[in-house]
Order: sequence, then C-alpha cells, then structure tokens
Amino acid sequence: MKLPFTITFEKRVEDYPKWLPAATSIGSVVVAFIISGFLLKLVGGEPIRVMNFFFQATFGSWAVISDTLVKATPLILVGLACTVAFKMKLWNIGAEGQFYMGAFFASLVVLVPLVPPETSGFIVLPLMAIMGMVGGAAWGFIPGVLKAKLQVNEIITTLMLNYVAILWNNFWIFNKWSDAGFQMTPVFEKSAWLARITDYARPYSEFIETGGGLATFMTAIGLERISGMTLHLGFIIAVVAAVVVWWILERSKWGYEIKLIGDNKEAARYAGINIVRNIILVMMLSGALAGLAGMTEITGVVHRLQERISPGYGFTGIIIAWLAKLNPFAVILVSVLFGALLVAGREIQPAGLSQLLQGIILFMVISSDVLLRYQIRFVRLHKPAAGEVEPA
Amino acid sequence: MTESPFAVDMQNIVIRFPGVLANDHVNFTLGQGEIHALLGENGAGKSTLMNALAGLYKPASGTMKVYGEPVNFSSPKDAIAKGIGMVHQHFMLVPNQTVTENILLGLNEPRFRMSLKKYDQKVLELQEQFGLRVDPTALIWQLSVGEQQRVEILKTLYRGAKILIMDEPTAVLAPQEIDELMETMKAMVATGKSIIFISHKLQEVTAVADRVTVLRKGVVTAEGIAASGMTKRDLANLMVGRDVVFTIQKTPHNPGDVVLDVKDVRGENNKGVPALRGVSLAVRSGEILGIAGVSGNGQSELAEVITGMRECTGSILINGEEMANKPPIAAIKAGVAHVPEDRTHVGSAPSMSITDNTIMKSYRQPPVGKGWSIDSKYARANAQELKEAYGILAPSVDTMARKLSGGNLQKVILAREISGGPKLMVAVQPTRGLDVGAIEAIQRLILAQREEGTAVLLVSEELEELLSLSDRIAVIYEGEIMGTVLTDQANVDELGLMMTGTRLDHLKKFEEVSHHEEA
Repeated sequence: MKLPFTITFEKRVEDYPKWLPAATSIGSVVVAFIISGFLLKLVGGEPIRVMNFFFQATFGSWAVISDTLVKATPLILVGLACTVAFKMKLWNIGAEGQFYMGAFFASLVVLVPLVPPETSGFIVLPLMAIMGMVGGAAWGFIPGVLKAKLQVNEIITTLMLNYVAILWNNFWIFNKWSDAGFQMTPVFEKSAWLARITDYARPYSEFIETGGGLATFMTAIGLERISGMTLHLGFIIAVVAAVVVWWILERSKWGYEIKLIGDNKEAARYAGINIVRNIILVMMLSGALAGLAGMTEITGVVHRLQERISPGYGFTGIIIAWLAKLNPFAVILVSVLFGALLVAGREIQPAGLSQLLQGIILFMVISSDVLLRYQIRFVRLHKPAAGEVEPA
Repeated sequence: MTESPFAVDMQNIVIRFPGVLANDHVNFTLGQGEIHALLGENGAGKSTLMNALAGLYKPASGTMKVYGEPVNFSSPKDAIAKGIGMVHQHFMLVPNQTVTENILLGLNEPRFRMSLKKYDQKVLELQEQFGLRVDPTALIWQLSVGEQQRVEILKTLYRGAKILIMDEPTAVLAPQEIDELMETMKAMVATGKSIIFISHKLQEVTAVADRVTVLRKGVVTAEGIAASGMTKRDLANLMVGRDVVFTIQKTPHNPGDVVLDVKDVRGENNKGVPALRGVSLAVRSGEILGIAGVSGNGQSELAEVITGMRECTGSILINGEEMANKPPIAAIKAGVAHVPEDRTHVGSAPSMSITDNTIMKSYRQPPVGKGWSIDSKYARANAQELKEAYGILAPSVDTMARKLSGGNLQKVILAREISGGPKLMVAVQPTRGLDVGAIEAIQRLILAQREEGTAVLLVSEELEELLSLSDRIAVIYEGEIMGTVLTDQANVDELGLMMTGTRLDHLKKFEEVSHHEEA
C-alpha cells in the first residue's frame, strides 16, 4: 500500500506549550489501556469487561478507593524520595532499603521500647515518624558521603545497601522480636497505630441513627458504611510531604541549588555552591522520605514489623518519579494509578495482567517523550524533477 | 560531468523553519579552484544554506547545480557522492583511536582485516599532497586542536571531496595554527579543490578568500564580490547593516588602588602538569590588565585560581585579603565577577531559564533571597530589566539558556556578573566565537566597568582586542609572565616574541646592544 503522504518527525525549533507534557503523559496511559485491550482480545479475553472490572475493583466504590489510596500512600513517599534525588541527577535506587530502615528505626520506639508502653499516641507516633526519617536518612547518608567525598558510584552503593537493610531487618525479626517463632514481631500497642477511617465507624453509625442533613448527603454519595475502610493518616502525611517537597524544589534557595547542580555541576561550583554538602543532604532527604514511607506502612497498615513489608515499593518509586517527570504533584497522581494497579493485581486473575498494564504504561510514557522533542508533520508526496524543487 | 565554470551554483534558494525564513531567495556560486567566504552574523542563515548543500536540509524552492549538473539531495550520502564534504566546527572524532582509524571509520573498505600499515601509508600520501601533516598512528586525544582539525579535513579528502565546506574552522585555533590552516587551504585550491569558508573573522576573509558572499537575516547583501578590494569596515557594514566602530574610544588611563595582587602563584592543570610557574601581577581599580598568550599557556588556570575554582600555592590578595585556595563563594563575596572561558559548561545552566541564570550569584541575599526562599517575582522582574538593559534577544526571560545564541548567552552572563557591582572582574575570552555586533557590545560593557572603577583582568587570544581595550598587557608563556607593557608603548612584534617565549628584559637588552652597535 502506498500512502499519498509521508509522516516526518521534525525537531521542534520553538519551546513546546506548557500543557504538552501533561497531555502526552495522560494520552500515553490511555493508549496503554487500549493496547492492553487489544492484547486481551488477541488471547481470547473480553477487554471491555476486564477493563470495567478493573475500574470497579479500584475506583468503583468508596471502599475500593480507600484500598487504592492505602496502596498509593507508600508509593507517593518513595516517589518523592526518588524525585528529590533525581532532580540533582543523583541516582538513588536505594529507596527500598531506606524504606526498610525507616520501618526498623520507627519500630525501635515500641520494640526496645524507647518510651513507656502507656505513652499517648500523640507522642509515640511523631516520635516514630522522626525515627523513621532518621533511619532512612542514615541509610541515604552512607552512599551520600561515599559519593561526595570519594566519588563512589551511588547507583552501586544504594542498590547494595537495599539487601543489607532487608537482611538487617530479618535478623531482628527472627532473632530478637519474633512473635512465637513467626517472621514478625508482636502487634504494636494501639498508641502506635495511625488513625484509620474505620476507627471512626462506631461513632458514625450512631450519627446515622440520629439522622439529619449531613447523614442524608453521605448516604446519597454512598458513604453510609465506613467501617472496614482502611485508609489511614499516612495518606495525608504523604500529600503534605508532596507539598513540602514541591516548596523546597520550586520556591526555596536549597531547591534552586539542587536544580542548578542537577543541570550543570560545574556552573553550580562556579556559583559558589557547596556540592559535597548538597550531595550528602539530598541523599539524606531522599532517604528520610523513603524512611517515612516505611514508618507509615508499619503504623498504618501492618501494625508490626515483619518480613516483606514492601513488595518492591522502593523500586516502583523510581518508575513513579520518572513518569511524574519529577513533579511532586504528578507523583501523587501517578502513585494513585500504580496503587490501583496493585489493588487490581489482587482482584484480577491472572494477576500478571496488571503487571502487563504497568509495563505498557511505562513503555508508552517513556516513548511519548519523542513528542516533546519532535513534532509530527504529514507531508504530501510529489516527485520533482532533478535539480528543481516545487515552490512550497 | 558537464563543463561548467562553477563547482556549485545555487539559485533562489528558499528555506523555511517554523516562523523563520532562514534563506530568502539566496544565490550562491562557487568557482572551481576558488576559496569563497560566506560571511554573516550568527543566525544569518549561513549554516542553513550550507546544510542544504551538504544534503541535510531540503530547500522549499530553488535550484542547485554541482559542476553544472542539477542535483536534488535527499541525504548527506547523496552530497558526499557528488564530492561535497563538510568540515564541522565541532570535531567528530573518536579520541582513543588512531588518526588512520578515524579516517577509515564508516567506510566499506577495509572490510574485515584492518591491515592498518597499508592505510597509514595511504593517509601519508594524501598528507603529502596537501601539506597536512599529522602522524597517522597517533591517537586523537594526543593531538592538538589544530592537528585534530587536519584529521577532519583528511577525512573529507579521503572520501573524495572536491568541494569542501569549512564551518568556522578558525574559531578553535591558535594564531599560528590559523596561518597553517590558511596555507593548507591555498594548497588545496591549487590542486583544483574548491572551498567554502564560513567565518566571522573579517581579517581572515580578506586574507584568504577570492570572493565573498554576505548574508544578513537570510538575505544576501553582497553576492560573490571580489574579496581583494574590501576593507574590514565594508564587510562589517554588510554583515551588521550599520557602521561598526572598530576603534573604541576610552578615557585616559587613571588607575586607583591595587585590587588584585598575585604573588608567585603556582598551580597545575587538569592533567596534573604544572600550568602556572610563579606568576606575579597586580591590577588596580579602573584599569584593564590584558593577558596575552597562545591558548594553553596557563591563562585559564590563572583565572581559575583567582576565582577560587582551582588550587594553587603562593598568594592572591584581593583588596588586601588572602584568597588563595578559598572556595569560589569567598571570591564571590569579595566582589569578584568571573566571565568564564566556557560559557555553556561553566558560565550557565543550559536547561534553566534566563531568570534562573541571572540569579546564580545573587540568590543568597535580599532582595532575591528571602529567608529560606527565593522571591521569584522579584527575580523575574529583575531579569526582565537586565534583558532590556543589555539587549538580550530572547522570546522571554523564561527561555532556556541553551536556546540562546552565543552572543546573547554571553550578555546574560555579563549582565549577571556586572549587576553584582564587582570590585574585580576576571573575563576569559569574553568575545570568542561571537559575531561582530555582539563583540562590540561585550567590549563596551567591559570598558564601562573600567569607567566604574572596577579592576579588570582580561584574558584574550585576540591581540587586537587586547590592544584596543587594555591599559597594560602582560604576556604569559608556559605559565610564566614574560613581561608587562603599557598598551600605548606596546608593539605587535614585541608582543609576538614574548608570546613565543622571549622575556621582555631580554628584548630590552637586545635592543640596547643593537643601539650600542649602531652608535
């Protein structure tokens, strides 16, 4: 078949419009769903029904939305962790290990214990959050110092420290704090639990019985039952963290230094910026965010320190930061999407389907970058005589 | 092949880019065995026209003939097949391969067995023919910039080029290397090659070219006129479209207190080889001290030790304060402005906006810095003012630095450095690679700093620039100062001898001796 035109890619001469990156990202997610649909059809599935089920299982009701957001919470925090490091072209792929160290340090508060068991949650939880961040930051500090002072490649060190952190956690879980021989510690005191929506179920059901306008409204939007909804305070913490990270990167002097180092290290040195100090600090901030994710996961979801608290959140964080184009707010949206994929993987058989979708989305978003650098042009075909070009 | 007086004949070439008419009905002819200079400011459309000839762009309309034969290139391969070769400004060589390997790269022959010896011999024969001497077995990274350029030229000749397009070949070369290149060019046309020579440098054009075509904003302002009768002033006029003042007026030399006092400074270059071997000099306020020398004699390292970017031994006093081996931030706080040699890799952040590039040194204190945050509104308004005051041509202050031309980027850098109210300005090659209009603007800004009472250390490889701007000129050779002369009393021959390693006191002695002999 011969088309009457050719499609050419031309390098963009002018800047692309500001909305284009967002449009191509959203467009590529849509295209990814369409392609997966075709693949499903090809193997004899029913794409429309599967997609519908996928949507129902992840956003179909308040209960499943809550599940999706629970999964999104650690993803947002590790996504932010990678975002700050990547802004400076510091390739921290150790968010996984920093997550585990955050969980471990936070657990020390109740397992050692650092405070008496009867201490109020208002003291225990902030203390655990701080310890979680300290643990993550410490795990970022090591590769940070090695990179800054000795130019040791941070990709290798952060990757290797992941395994150290996981094994370190296992050692304590099995050896010291094992709950009746299982690879988990006993359940924490309630004071070390982050508030969940379901915790407010009883007062609310009483509230429904009393009736009133608000109750009618909530019934109308399908929120009449909140018992069982496990969304916890960690989600709010993650959103606040995103705002803080955005402020640091876009409004603060430190963020300016981070971006300048990321764009041109020599120019940053020339501008009098202390690069050694910034490498260490940014690795610590990155680690602290991942550590905070570990803290919210053990205090908000599992309520104990146990083996495999992360199904690779730290690595997914790399993909999330990348897909969000290092924009903290986009990290929230991308994390919700990936949270949905995790939830769907639990609901849909075979579970590999959601991994397939995840892979195709990643592929699409990365290749959509071409549209930012090139514009597509349809050129009419004609064959001019040699030496002559028709007037355009 | 039909007989034709012209190697290249381009008529009514039109090339459009989105929003720009890069070439507007351009006519260009290249005679056989001719050196034809193509002149024009950055963005005038020279490279666009040549890229069309090299098969990289397709004109929207117009005709092209090569040796009388109509051609319609759809890829660079077609152009190479017709004997057109381009010598790019930025070399495309593999650093850890030999000269011969680089020349053979991408060719169908040799097929499998390299038998380099045989090809080394072939390369040598080619060299003999044109006087382009480079050791074929040398690795590229061992070669000087001038030698690397010879390899690039050999590459095109080996591929059978009869028409050579040389894109600003002199921009990267030292003065003697430029002379050698010109000899080579003359040797090549003597054997029947034809050369298109793209340049900004007017004296080179008048020295080497037979004819000149001048482009301004995509339009031909002079079509193939004879180069011999032209003066620099005429050419500049055609390029810029207005009179360019070459002799810059400056007020009498009236220096104040010593601002920069460098004593016995020694330091190494990036390869760990001594680059500064005991440099001492002083610059006073309201004075421009020019540093002359062939590139690679320690000028860059000198600027770097003063601005805190490089370690050294010895003493560097700025307003009486010891600054040697302090970090760059100390120099910034002491009021040292630095116009670095490498605009894109050191002086600016390519993917950040003009605004962000203007606050690189001022973001720490008010009014730009406020507490922990940056007042981006103020920064943007300030950048807007600088953009207008310094005549920076860009769509807006949000434009990324890498989208700017060299001249405009240099203006952004100068705007930033000058707006800090410096006490000392270290400017390294501030006009290198810029077009006439931009050079004039930058030179004026530097002179204005002198009037303001700033002490200026100006490093340049253009003697002419140093003679017209500086009050005194110090010549550096292999990391040592050969001598310092007042510009009024300087003569070019003397400076040239010092640049090649003769000390001023030796010259003086020699003069005395010859005077005695005369008497």
